[in-house]
Amino acid sequence: MNEQDAWETVRSAIGQVAPDVDPEDLVEGARLRQDLELDSLDFLRVLETIAAKAGVDIPEGAYAEVGTVGGLVGYVATHG
Amino acid sequence: MPSLGADMEHGRIIEWLVKPGDTVHRGDILATVDTDKALMDVESFSDGVVTEVVVEAGTDVPVGTLLARIEEAPVPGPGEPPIPVPPPEPVPPPEPITPPEPVPPPIPVPPPEPIVPPTPPPPPLTGPPRPVHPHAAPPVRHLAHRLGVDLTTVTGSGKGGAITRADVERTAAAPAALPPPAARVRSSPRARRLAAELGLELAGLTGTGPDGAVTEADVRRAAPAELAATTAAAPMASPVIAPAQDRTAGLRRAIGALMARSKREIPHYYLSTTIDLHTALDWMQATNSGRPVAERLVPSALLLKATALAARDVPAMNGFFENGEFAPSGAVHLGVAVALRKGGLVAPALHDADTLTLDQLMAGLRDLVARARGGRLQRAEMTDSTITVTNLGDLGVESVFGVVFPPQVALVGFGRVMERPWAEHGLLGVRPTVTATLSADHRVSDGLRGGRFLDRITELLQRPEEL
Repeated sequence: MNEQDAWETVRSAIGQVAPDVDPEDLVEGARLRQDLELDSLDFLRVLETIAAKAGVDIPEGAYAEVGTVGGLVGYVATHG
Repeated sequence: MPSLGADMEHGRIIEWLVKPGDTVHRGDILATVDTDKALMDVESFSDGVVTEVVVEAGTDVPVGTLLARIEEAPVPGPGEPPIPVPPPEPVPPPEPITPPEPVPPPIPVPPPEPIVPPTPPPPPLTGPPRPVHPHAAPPVRHLAHRLGVDLTTVTGSGKGGAITRADVERTAAAPAALPPPAARVRSSPRARRLAAELGLELAGLTGTGPDGAVTEADVRRAAPAELAATTAAAPMASPVIAPAQDRTAGLRRAIGALMARSKREIPHYYLSTTIDLHTALDWMQATNSGRPVAERLVPSALLLKATALAARDVPAMNGFFENGEFAPSGAVHLGVAVALRKGGLVAPALHDADTLTLDQLMAGLRDLVARARGGRLQRAEMTDSTITVTNLGDLGVESVFGVVFPPQVALVGFGRVMERPWAEHGLLGVRPTVTATLSADHRVSDGLRGGRFLDRITELLQRPEEL
């Protein structure tokens, strides 16, 4: 998947799980927990949404890698 | 139709809360009456079985009219002396309470409930003057009391403005922006009292009742926020609450009132322990590895389950302290503090958490959190918690010492799961750990028992496959 589509996937997944997050806050370095205040259940739903939309299954071992918006986009772009 | 005030000449039944065949007890609320000035409760004067509802909901009748018949259990006569009832507003609300005068247009009457055919006529229900009570069933009052919501400040969204659990919860959860305090707010007495108990201002609540009346549900909705804020500590509450200044202020007052009450009444003691989670997390990761995202567990699920089992094993942590004594609960209904994205917090109950499998608990947790954030919690979920857990780990803090939510007697806090150097058997290693804290009620337990409880959580987490 190209970077643009990956961004779109991630943006829409986060928007769906946490509609109150300001889209402007979705910058590459934004941390899902600390900056966007997603908790572990939100995080799981984001992954679930991404899996459903883009068919990218992010294993638990990769959680550390996808702790930021940029990390998530990168993972989706690479594996999608 | 009892006289609910010296100047009352007639009243309209807004809603019947009982139907023929129902068993009622002295003090149970039978119906809500609109008296032009306010919505009021009519309570039962005796124990018995409702045999007939004579006046249908929606009907306006003069004082003295027979409303319903109750076949009394122990057989006191019809002319029973009035049962003394405490004044309607036992808790002085922080703000002046809006006088029960009609504000906007009268509350629309809900469709009359079907009335079941009459049965043998026992003593009439008409009775002595009743004190003014906000209209809410006893369980709702109980909830309001527990949430610290003053019913007199809540407007009911139930039939005819009856205060429902939802009203109380909403009030407790989200004192929404409404007209400034000075503005009159149409509300049911129960809602008002609930709000007052909670320290919420009616004016700060969004009414969902008829004509925008603040309902108990409205009040109730505001309460959980307070609760959670109480359990979870202020720093967490403030950022998520409230765009509007007055709303924030209202919620802060509510939080302040409840926390003050808890701290005033409950002699807290605090314990803390750090738990090695490597066994639990290794097990969880192995379990998760073959699963799709939707079926994966999160560490919180393990922590909650261990807490529930420990609460079952150490009954002094699980139950209610009411009327000067502790009543342990046979069931473990685990209150889970949930941060609401739009503001506030709630701590709904995962019922019988000790009996759920981890997968069931995980599913229940996800469902509960989703519904809590969607504002679709059920009544029982807001009232039943026998012990509460707050998990601030996701926000990055190491530990949280919460304030016990009355009438519960214990609150467990979990901080962030983090790697720490860990010495064991003379060796030093790095382990994922979590700091668990206990805030508990010294009237019920002491440090020894509390320590046993935290210890039990630790033990349980070392055998995750048995959770």
